[in-house]
Amino acid sequence: MKSLIAQSHSLSDPDVQIDVINNHNDKVKSLDKFEKKLDEIGLLPLKPTGIEIFQINVGYMCNMTCKHCHVDAGPDRKEIMTKETLQYCLDALTDSDIQTVDLTGGAPEMNPYFRWFVDEVSKLGKHIIVRSNLTILDTRKFEDLPQFMADRGVEITCSLPFYSKRRTDMQRGEGTYDKSMKVLKILNEIGYGKEETGLQLNLVYNPVGAFLPPDQESLREDYKERLWNDHGIVFNDLFTITNLPISRYLHFLVMSDNLEEYMEKLITSFNPSAAMGVMCRNTISIGWDGSLYDCDFNQMLKIKTNHGAPNHIKNWDLKKLNSREIVVNQHCFGCTAGAGSSCGGAVT
Amino acid sequence: MTMEKTYYNPADLKKFGNVGEFQKELADKFFDYYGTVFADSALSSREKSLIALAVAHAVQCPYCIDAYTEESLEKGYSEEQMMEAVHVATAIRGGASLVHGVQMMNKVDKLSM
Ligand code: SF4
Ligand code: SF4
Repeated sequence: MKSLIAQSHSLSDPDVQIDVINNHNDKVKSLDKFEKKLDEIGLLPLKPTGIEIFQINVGYMCNMTCKHCHVDAGPDRKEIMTKETLQYCLDALTDSDIQTVDLTGGAPEMNPYFRWFVDEVSKLGKHIIVRSNLTILDTRKFEDLPQFMADRGVEITCSLPFYSKRRTDMQRGEGTYDKSMKVLKILNEIGYGKEETGLQLNLVYNPVGAFLPPDQESLREDYKERLWNDHGIVFNDLFTITNLPISRYLHFLVMSDNLEEYMEKLITSFNPSAAMGVMCRNTISIGWDGSLYDCDFNQMLKIKTNHGAPNHIKNWDLKKLNSREIVVNQHCFGCTAGAGSSCGGAVT
Repeated sequence: MTMEKTYYNPADLKKFGNVGEFQKELADKFFDYYGTVFADSALSSREKSLIALAVAHAVQCPYCIDAYTEESLEKGYSEEQMMEAVHVATAIRGGASLVHGVQMMNKVDKLSM
């Protein structure tokens, strides 16, 4: 499977995506706007509570091409953060008391400077989270990475959209489930997921289709039971993440004629307390070329930080960024539906 | 408003609440009751959604099947669990017919020499 951009698909264009989620048909056009909902609860303009998480998207290249990918990542994507830009990130981090550095992609491990960068960040004493797709760790080139990350106390947060093979492979491609189980066992062997080691291993659930995630707590128990009984695998936490209607997931919604109902569902499930806790309020997202965004979703829609805040890592200014206005649009309803959704799972 | 050309239309499910337009008091009582039935109680709302999925198949209501399929997915049930629930409904329905075979046998006995 190719990325939408490699297919020259119209939905690879962020402007087209924004138009579709606002104006797909008369019904979608008539739905409440996100800004209006925020205004009703006194949250407009949406302001940060203070940046605590520095999330770097180190490149859109990935060994996989999952059907729902909001990055439109894949082996054909060549956008990779350079060492120079990574250095700007280090400079910004050195100057701030932000404690958590979250590395995402694509497959972040595929950035050629990944090891160097993890080393440098850990020298700064920051907590590092790597968002791994697991299968990349089952390749020759990267098979030593689990130990490398363990030695540096890196937290691994990895995708496993369901505890069953059928649904996992449906979203992420044939064979993904078996490879994921293999890598999870390796991670367990070196101490990941075990309380006593402090090596944090978290799984990410996301719906394989046009529906909302289950309750995080009860699903965590199901995952724990199933993975332990079926494979002898342990992990620390499970995060449920809602699919936002952008990129390849938007493509799926349109092609399967689910967009209207999905948007309606997100909007009718708007939860004011989830809106209070949206992740853009405590996160800044850095793109592969150094551009700054309110979150990884805005990054994919090419909506940069705005309203007088710097929009490139070269011009890093924590004070200005902490007082910026977050740029929102209809995709944001994915963060505020039901229990809410963020890179750390439910927010309520 | 023109009549639909088919008896069932998926969009009608969203109009369920409109039944109150013709008789508000009873509709209000029903929806209030319905909400209470599905709340977490001695059984969790999660368990109730799977029971509802099975019953939906037993009563063959397409609206309920749509609604509780989605609900079951959102409660974290797997495809296998959902299909097993449908088999429970099927087994009870099939069993309900078959157990009447005993009545038939009794009648045969009575009528036979
Ligand atoms: S969802 Fe993750 S693993 Fe899948 S293609 Fe996108 S970046 Fe790669
Ligand atoms: S999509 Fe991004 S900007 Fe919108 S609410 Fe979610 S985190 Fe915030």
